[in-house]
Amino acid sequence: MVEALIINGLLFGGMYSLLAIGFSLVFGVAKILNLAHTAFYMIAAFLAYIATMILGLPLLLSAILAIIVTSILAMVCYKLCFDRIKEHETAVIIVSVAIGILIQEVLLLIFSGHFRRIPPFVSGFMEIVGIRVAYQNIFAIAASILTLSGVWFLLTKTKFGIALRAVAQDREIANLSGINVSQICMITMGISGILAGIAAVIIGSIFLVSPLMWLTPLIIVLAAVVLGGLGSLKGSVFAAFILGFAEATVTCLIPGGSFLKGAISLSVMVGVLLIRPEGLFGVVFEEERL
Amino acid sequence: MVAMYKRKNYGFYSLVVFLIILMVAPTAFASPKIKIGVIGPMKFVAGQNHWWGALLAAEEINAAGGVMVGREKHEIELLKTDSNEMQNLTDAVSSMERIIKVDKVHFITGGFRTEAVLAMQDVAADHKRIFLGGSGSPGVTERLAKNYDRYKYFFRALSPVAVYFTQVNLFLLEMAGDKMKAELGITKPRVALVLDKIVVADPIVTFAQDMLPKMGMEIAGVWRTSPMANDLTSELTAIKAADAHLILTFLSGPSGAIFNKQWGELRIPAAPVGYNAEANALAHLQATGGMCDYVSIWGTFGGVKITDKTVPFFNKFIARAGEYPLSNAATYDAVYLLKEAIQRSKTLEVEAVIRELEKIEYRGASGIMAFYPRDHKWPHDLKTGPGYTTMLGLQWRDGKLVTVWPDGRAALGDKEWVGIKYEGTVDYNLPPWMITYWKKKK
Repeated sequence: MVEALIINGLLFGGMYSLLAIGFSLVFGVAKILNLAHTAFYMIAAFLAYIATMILGLPLLLSAILAIIVTSILAMVCYKLCFDRIKEHETAVIIVSVAIGILIQEVLLLIFSGHFRRIPPFVSGFMEIVGIRVAYQNIFAIAASILTLSGVWFLLTKTKFGIALRAVAQDREIANLSGINVSQICMITMGISGILAGIAAVIIGSIFLVSPLMWLTPLIIVLAAVVLGGLGSLKGSVFAAFILGFAEATVTCLIPGGSFLKGAISLSVMVGVLLIRPEGLFGVVFEEERL
Repeated sequence: MVAMYKRKNYGFYSLVVFLIILMVAPTAFASPKIKIGVIGPMKFVAGQNHWWGALLAAEEINAAGGVMVGREKHEIELLKTDSNEMQNLTDAVSSMERIIKVDKVHFITGGFRTEAVLAMQDVAADHKRIFLGGSGSPGVTERLAKNYDRYKYFFRALSPVAVYFTQVNLFLLEMAGDKMKAELGITKPRVALVLDKIVVADPIVTFAQDMLPKMGMEIAGVWRTSPMANDLTSELTAIKAADAHLILTFLSGPSGAIFNKQWGELRIPAAPVGYNAEANALAHLQATGGMCDYVSIWGTFGGVKITDKTVPFFNKFIARAGEYPLSNAATYDAVYLLKEAIQRSKTLEVEAVIRELEKIEYRGASGIMAFYPRDHKWPHDLKTGPGYTTMLGLQWRDGKLVTVWPDGRAALGDKEWVGIKYEGTVDYNLPPWMITYWKKKK
């Protein structure tokens, strides 16, 4: 039982962290609460489905194309919609929800409510301490770790990463230092699109693709980002694993209540926020950033 | 010259008037059409089946001349309405209101989710429209028992009451359990109950917990899933850890699709049997990548000869819709039921049609259709069991859905089932990896 808890917790945590980190990046840098983030994840999944199952392209090529196109769409969306209204937070939230719903309805119109699938990169399963785990799930954990490492490297070891962190810390000073804030924000949006695309091609083959697939992860992503501390990438990753383990715990220990796993993991978030309102790694006051 | 001009004018205008009469006359003098509203979640497979079933029936009836009302023949006109009940129940109510008040339909068929059907039932009652609906919850027809005059317009023609398909679940479980005894020597199979947390599934848990020990089975555990669940790995892992041999399912939403996919991928050595709303469609085969092989579910249509109407309807549905007909496609029989009742009552008057529907016994594609009377605890529900609507046990095998039950044997000791086996039914098979696993474990 404990083994199942650990393995499933790692699986869910890895998956949620991939989604949460892209969301957190956009919020931290561009200060945009992009509720359409998981809708981009859904677009990437459908693009991968179209490329593999309809056009018959190889899986790796389909994945790369889906990720690139999603990234471009995210940047276009930023330029056309968010850039003009980013000073008005409420408007940004409403517009992002509207974009998400629009994407959902368009996909419903084209594909109806049928479920689709993306083939896995690796088929089959293995047994770990008596627990059956699909190879694709192990691949997903490894890909999550690799992607998170890549993001860490980008942010800490590259000039672009330094510019990005500068914008996240203080936009005005960054602007005065000669950093093109608007361009950084747009590129960050593109990176978040890439992360959503990576999540889609990996996770989409574990789950199923449908026009409603963006809603459940959105709640978990929001919970992870809030629990981890808004804008904290490290916090989002930790929080994603906490929520993943919370879900795995509920299913393993309370089989009759497994439908509550979403509610319980969100309750964990509420519980932590009551003790630490800024989240696990958030700052208490704005001045503390300096 | 002027006279010639005037004659030419008269001729021209006469021709125009004649052409107008020719265009208008067929519609002006045609019998008004019988309007039937088909309401359901049209972006989803349930609603699409509602539509296709009704459409095939309407086309056949119109091709044969229409419905005889008294001495006149009337064509059927279908109106397709998206209830959007999978996403928003309020939309279901507005859609129902619209087809009655704006589109002025005479009859309505469709409805899928219990919550939506209950609300639509109220709208139909308010406007005194006959509604041949779906859902399985006993509450839908228990309302008639409590307030017959208000709810008499509703007939549950698209599905038997949930209590019956609870029994069918157990019939299929008994069949699978017998197979386990015969092939693996397991005399007391352990059963995992996996049911969505929805109203209609609650009594099934209680019923199963009561009946399974009497059937010589043990309960390995109860898992209640969210119907919108997109991952059931944890549940499947726990089911394997509980050493379950069989899984009794009641999965009404996307949970059903992901369950079969992940069950097949992980080769969980427990055979699923029961209800899975997503698993009857050909699209399910693609969605799961063929991982649904050996999953057993119940359904209404299976390509076997329930009546002489079943196989022709089944083949026609696949040819037109490119899909297997689900239970929701019983709108085909619903439209024919309405035709029969109208013709017998010789009028479209609601009370007269209700009286005929209450006494009708119709040989449909889904079976012999008749309704329980008003003094029954579920008035206007389909009569079920041998001689009426039986449902079918189906199983995915090599990419096809085959019929495995009724298998001609007694069901839970009821000898009335002996001999009930439709032409085309095959034997139920356990998944081969499951046989290997349990033989090794011995």
